[in-house]
Amino acid sequence: MAFAQATKSKSVSQPKKATILNTFRRDYQLWLMILPAIICVIIFNYIPMYGIQLAFRKYDFTAGLTGGEFVGFQYFIQFFNSHLFWDLIRNTLLISITTIVVGFPAPIALALLVNQIRWKRGKRILQTTVYLPHFISIVVLVGLLNVMLSPNTGVLGLLLAKLGVEGNLLASVNAFIPIYVLSDVWQHVGWNSIIYLAALASVDPQLYDAAKIDGANRWQIIRNVEIPAIIPTIVILLILNMGTVISTGFEKIFLMQNSLNLPISEVIETYVYKTGIMSNQFSYAAAIGLFNTMINFMMLVVVNTIAKKVARISLW
Amino acid sequence: MTSISLNRIRNKKPGDLLFDIFIVALCVLMFFVVAYPIYFIIIASISDPTLVSTGKVLFMPKGFSFFGYEQIFQDSRVWIGYRNTLFYALFGTLINLMLTLPAAYVLSRYEFKARRLLMFFFIFTMFFNGGLIPTYMLMKDLSLLDTVWVFIFNPLTVNVFNLIITRTFFENNIPGEMYEAATMDGCSHFRFFTSIVMPLSKAVTAVIGLYYLVWHWNDFFTGLIYIRNYDLQPLQIVLRDILLSNQVFSEGAGSGGTGGGYAQRYADQVKYGVIIVSSLPVLMLYPFIQKYFEKGVLIGSVKG
Repeated sequence: MAFAQATKSKSVSQPKKATILNTFRRDYQLWLMILPAIICVIIFNYIPMYGIQLAFRKYDFTAGLTGGEFVGFQYFIQFFNSHLFWDLIRNTLLISITTIVVGFPAPIALALLVNQIRWKRGKRILQTTVYLPHFISIVVLVGLLNVMLSPNTGVLGLLLAKLGVEGNLLASVNAFIPIYVLSDVWQHVGWNSIIYLAALASVDPQLYDAAKIDGANRWQIIRNVEIPAIIPTIVILLILNMGTVISTGFEKIFLMQNSLNLPISEVIETYVYKTGIMSNQFSYAAAIGLFNTMINFMMLVVVNTIAKKVARISLW
Repeated sequence: MTSISLNRIRNKKPGDLLFDIFIVALCVLMFFVVAYPIYFIIIASISDPTLVSTGKVLFMPKGFSFFGYEQIFQDSRVWIGYRNTLFYALFGTLINLMLTLPAAYVLSRYEFKARRLLMFFFIFTMFFNGGLIPTYMLMKDLSLLDTVWVFIFNPLTVNVFNLIITRTFFENNIPGEMYEAATMDGCSHFRFFTSIVMPLSKAVTAVIGLYYLVWHWNDFFTGLIYIRNYDLQPLQIVLRDILLSNQVFSEGAGSGGTGGGYAQRYADQVKYGVIIVSSLPVLMLYPFIQKYFEKGVLIGSVKG
């Protein structure tokens, strides 16, 4: 211990004359260990950010990512004037806001519910079960919806037909968002509740005792002890969720799309895929994608600022 | 034993008893809503497809039929997809871990000066990205389209969320004194990382290893965007063809909509079977790693 103390004071006195070169020399092993990750992130995450300028340039096959002629906001204006613009915005917002309004409180409620269970074994069984759907792939989930909701042969389809819900729900404009959102809750509610359960586990037991002495019943304990304890977690996760409010789950929407539900299921991201990757209009699609990213980023900043002011909680 | 619990019930306030009944009812409902679809696929995959399609199979398998599984085992597409995905998942996860673990260790060292700056460098990519088209163009310029490398090296190779979880674990579980003691004995960072940190970090390695593995196994996006070559397609693309595009029978027999209702029943059984076969590896891993889940999320959530 004395030795450790000695070296510590030695290393504290060192930085006074440490130049950048010296720190590199001292920490070269640390730099070597993090270098592969840095290189990988620069290539695959930062170079595409540099490539965003494609949205302002006319894509030229021979000139590559950034060599085309500069055309300014031409592609953005083209998108704003396109007849699909307002439909895309409406669908994207409708789907993402419904997902947040329904999907965000669900895991909080589940965590509070699970936290009430005293029977340890039953609690474990329930938790193991509700985490499970999180590990099912999106393709399988959509396939599952298709076979179970099929009006002639699916078990849910048959049940709904008996209840008077007619027709093929998968091809219906009205049913698309409820099916999308409810299946999303089904798949992720358990998994997303883990973080709240972790927050609940760290509540000081003395608070529970104090509440009991004050004569609080179980519901009052939930309302006055448990919910205030997880508020910081709720706010942080809400901010993070808001940041992706417009980039709804591309893959799932894409897989659930068919020609009949397209009026409600075409969102910005699926449109970017279709114009960019499938029809090779790279610059136009890049502009639409950038528009999407900018709105996401602005939402994140705005919500974070509000949270900072109102609840004194923020990401940065 | 029963009398004690009965007494306990009697001693309860009526309000609390009502509350308990409400909780139990809600839990049972939750359990069935989540578990039933999974259970149904299992029984539907081994039951007589005619009984399934008329809604007769609800709680117990009836009239055993393994037609679906027979079709799947004869289907070469499924096995090519399986082989490809297995390779992408194992090799990909190995690369993910080799990049993430050392980087997380470095970011957990308080004496490392560039720590905060580099943390920002990584976290920034969580909130801002180039978008689909510039990323696609980059892959094209790097000639990674239609190669196996695109499954290994892509924007998610270093998953920042996993990086943060690992870093937080190192910060909380590797005491600073340990490194000081090790340097006394002439230990370098390399040596300290491989001989001391790694053996002490099996829990977090298991958790993020599983996250990466499951992600690779379920990755549909990469195959959809970057791969045209049929022999490189991952399992999820094959699944899409079978489950959603109705290309159920690869070798002709009764394919498409021509067979009408009769063929559709058998097609559905193939679908139930393929859902099970494709999800089995992940579901088999699940119970072994499940106990680490909460720990993993907990340690990762302490500091964002």
